[in-house]
Amino acid sequence: MKTLAEYRKDFDILSAGDYIYFDNAATSQRPRQVLEAVTDFYKNANANPMRGLYDWSMEATRLYEEARSLVADFIGGVSGEEIIFTRNTTESLNLVAYSYGLENVGEGDEIVITVMEHHSNMLPWQMVAREKGAKLIYLEPDEEGVISKSEYESKITDRTKIVAIGHVSNVMGITNPVKEITAYAHSKRAVVVVDGAQSAPHMAVDVKDIGCDFFAFSGHKMMAPMGIGVLYGRKELLLNMKPFLTGGEMIEYVTREDATYAELPHKFEAGTVNAAGAVGLAEAIRYIREVGFEAIEAQELKLTTLLMEGLAKLPYIKVYGSKDPAKHCGIVTFTMEGVHPHDMASVLNDDKVCIRAGHHCAQPLMQFIGAGSTSRASVYFYNTEDEVKEFLDKLSKVREVMGYGA
Amino acid sequence: MELKQLYREIVNEHNLHPVHKKAIENPDLVMRGVNPSCGDDITLSLKIENGVITDAGYEGSGCAISQASVDMMADQVIGKSKDEAIKLAGTFMGMIKGEITDEESIEALDEAAALQDVAHMPARVKCAVLGWHTMQEMLENPEKAQG
Repeated sequence: MKTLAEYRKDFDILSAGDYIYFDNAATSQRPRQVLEAVTDFYKNANANPMRGLYDWSMEATRLYEEARSLVADFIGGVSGEEIIFTRNTTESLNLVAYSYGLENVGEGDEIVITVMEHHSNMLPWQMVAREKGAKLIYLEPDEEGVISKSEYESKITDRTKIVAIGHVSNVMGITNPVKEITAYAHSKRAVVVVDGAQSAPHMAVDVKDIGCDFFAFSGHKMMAPMGIGVLYGRKELLLNMKPFLTGGEMIEYVTREDATYAELPHKFEAGTVNAAGAVGLAEAIRYIREVGFEAIEAQELKLTTLLMEGLAKLPYIKVYGSKDPAKHCGIVTFTMEGVHPHDMASVLNDDKVCIRAGHHCAQPLMQFIGAGSTSRASVYFYNTEDEVKEFLDKLSKVREVMGYGA
Repeated sequence: MELKQLYREIVNEHNLHPVHKKAIENPDLVMRGVNPSCGDDITLSLKIENGVITDAGYEGSGCAISQASVDMMADQVIGKSKDEAIKLAGTFMGMIKGEITDEESIEALDEAAALQDVAHMPARVKCAVLGWHTMQEMLENPEKAQG
């Protein structure tokens, strides 16, 4: 079995330079195996999938559908018909908002989301609420980032038609009680949409166990190429939904006036699909399985613990969210007194350290926690303890660069 | 100039000890300028007498580059006519975008010319130009900037 140090060598970008990459919550790096799988597709099997009657197209179709089966298995053994390939989480969530939300939410109905949502799980619901005259209700976390039972039980009601919630917050790193919330929402006959962008790369996900109706995630945060994402939807719901986009390869019959839509999941995959991306995602899933979520979670916890212990020793740093490193999913958001996060990111970049600074596409949450903007370090299993130590050392010198003391 | 040197020699002084970061009395023009992507947020006030800027002040928050840039700008434009200030803003923004590089034009910016190297830091361009952009907007469209 390979060690984590050996797995790290699969990432040319990490081996090539002396950069410390701590922006994994924005996008991960990709191992050689994934890059080669994509290249191999174009070298050996490239043709437009689904259409052709010749060998290459049939092989492209086979690889694309094999990827779909692997994804279906990866999130808990659902049916391939319930897996729709999209560009990313944002597109997946928009698909649900347009094709399900606009059809099933009416005036006076309520949509419940949390104040922690990424804009991609907020703006589509703002749109639905605005279009249909519905009300958008926000669940708020406590200091530790936890959405309490009383909070969701008081805000999810008989008027609630949709509950849309992030599995893991991209700012706080907290894992929301999606299973419990789903059970409660279902008791109120609401449909539940889970944004899995920050969970799917880091933990085993079983959508049947969660019980949610829709689950969205992106390939690029879990080592697959950019431009391939997934929407899982329960078959009964998908069957009754209208297509999101129309065009090629999503129809059965078409006349001058009308069309009969194709079977699931093709009804939702208009136009030429990103087959190479899907093949890359399949390879990324194989890679994750080889490393194993147990090892991934253990390494992330080790690094997060070291990171949070180090940050706690710096008196001018404030860390947001839970005090327990195990509840951060590798994401640590913080501010440094007197130093704007953008200056911090620029100074750290000068030392070849990559972190995120800003509002992390979660402006309402920033207002809620009372920070104009913050810095975020996010790790993945290929990061090392040495990197964390070096990061802390570089960070401890930022205030001096910014003119505080000497 | 490399980044850390830029902070140490130019930016920090204006960020930590700004001269013009305050409200001014009876401003004629007031406008808020915001960089939505990074949260820099300033409100710029100008006092104008007979077409000449006689006082300038700003309030708000943001990164060190945005705050230092607007402080230096205020230094530069007090005593200048509206037209001269608009011209300087054009020069500054041209310099930061890398479109104006001749020394003679840039020298007119005096201390603000020190931010020239931000032209090589694409992520920080919006921070550096926020104040100048806001001033240009309020001088060219005074009807939008009534205090």
